[in-house]
Amino acid sequence: MFRNQYDTDVTTWSPAGRLFQVEYAMEAVKQGSAAIGLRSKTHVVLACVNKANSELSSHQKKIFKVDDHIGVAIAGLTADGRVLSRYMRSECINYNYTYESPLPVGRLVVQLADKAQVCTQRSWKRPYGVGLLVAGLDESGAHLYYNCPSGNYFEYQAFAIGSRSQAAKTYLERRFNNFTASSREDLIKDALIATRESLQGEKLRSSVCTIAVVGVGEPFHILDQETVQQLIDTFEIVREEESAPAEPEVATEQDAAPDQAPGADQGGAENQGGAEPQGGSPMDI
Amino acid sequence: MDSVSESQRTLYPYVTGSSVVAIKFKDGILMAADMGGSYGSTLRYKSVERLKPIGKHSLLGASGEISDFQEIMRYLDELILNDNMWDDGNSLGPKEVHNYLTRVMYNRRNKFNPLWNSLVLGGIKKGQKYLGTVNMIGINYEDNHVATGLGNHLARPILRDEWNENLSFEEGVRLLEKCMRVLLYRDRSAVNKIQISRITEEGATVFPPYSLKTYWEFSAFKNPTVGAEGSW
Repeated sequence: MFRNQYDTDVTTWSPAGRLFQVEYAMEAVKQGSAAIGLRSKTHVVLACVNKANSELSSHQKKIFKVDDHIGVAIAGLTADGRVLSRYMRSECINYNYTYESPLPVGRLVVQLADKAQVCTQRSWKRPYGVGLLVAGLDESGAHLYYNCPSGNYFEYQAFAIGSRSQAAKTYLERRFNNFTASSREDLIKDALIATRESLQGEKLRSSVCTIAVVGVGEPFHILDQETVQQLIDTFEIVREEESAPAEPEVATEQDAAPDQAPGADQGGAENQGGAEPQGGSPMDI
Repeated sequence: MDSVSESQRTLYPYVTGSSVVAIKFKDGILMAADMGGSYGSTLRYKSVERLKPIGKHSLLGASGEISDFQEIMRYLDELILNDNMWDDGNSLGPKEVHNYLTRVMYNRRNKFNPLWNSLVLGGIKKGQKYLGTVNMIGINYEDNHVATGLGNHLARPILRDEWNENLSFEEGVRLLEKCMRVLLYRDRSAVNKIQISRITEEGATVFPPYSLKTYWEFSAFKNPTVGAEGSW
């Protein structure tokens, strides 16, 4: 049953300097359906893949509005995500009550990370099993952060988390250089394409994804289904017209995806087996 | 639980400062106050600084109970220290500090233990000028020119007539001196040692104290009770 004698407790170090329970929590993020975020100078777009648990059920909400200027997309344990969203909402409201101005995004993210960090250092707690993409706008501009169960946080130009997010990341990595100057519409389009990359052979439809936007003069809001479907239809038509250049792109991505996915799985299995970390430090993300 | 008789509250002020007058001008905010500290009606202290810079973008002027003002300064120093400790490039502007003070003042009044002050908070951040006031019961507002205490009655009518947004620094100081001179003549707790402070995008300056030129030889000043039947 136990493959590892150092993973029964969050506070127990392995001799290799790792905290397995924390790493397992980060695995939970990878199991959740994908969430994607990308940012220009003025806008941030969040997108997520909606997966229903069964044919008979609806999907769970994965994007939450925190305040007019902040929203989150989550991957992992949705229940934990809701608790953290509620915490973020109340922090925003309290700040707004005291100072009558919006809470700077970076500060909320640090508070959130500190909250997650505490759970990695207390024997009677468990780390949150959720990764959050925090999109926000404040006086220093548009921001996109990733918050991890380990208590680490990073600022990104574009990022994707959750299952099959590697394909979306590959797409974003190829395109992110242009994002800073992107228009709101282009950003949404890129979000939709990145979302499509992380779908499992499904067709991209508004019913399988959610898109949310925050930007200058535009409070955080989730786009309604019709709008999303219209956007999908418009760029899918454009894509068919440009099918010649678009085709090889799709091909390479499909090649890339199977390579990455099993690789990640093996990595996870090895981690559980307590093997030496390959490459970067295991706590990096 | 402390009983009401045991708890200590400011039931009335001990040492008080008089009016603060503040205006917006072309490049920011100007504030003026004298340096008197009255123990009841006795002019007990003559060098009390009542204008203080708060953080990078704000300036505070206080009238009323001096020790309560010192307490408020402790709150604000802590607030600014904590803000700086984030070290993330964000900083509280005058609007945020004013709102914070509003919450503190109103909260203390609701505990029936008010901070016995009228405060003026001015500042400029990212080209946005801000000037507001809050008093001991939490009443607060923003305006282009504000004054506390007797200044509300004696200085603001002058400001309403003569103020405009594009005053230069020199014109602004002259206008404030005019207000302070009227207060000096008519407010018995005003003293002739005033300070002017300025805040612009470049930062806050509290200028060294100086005196206003006065002229007391007007006939009405010489014999103020003439024609006032029954007065001594």
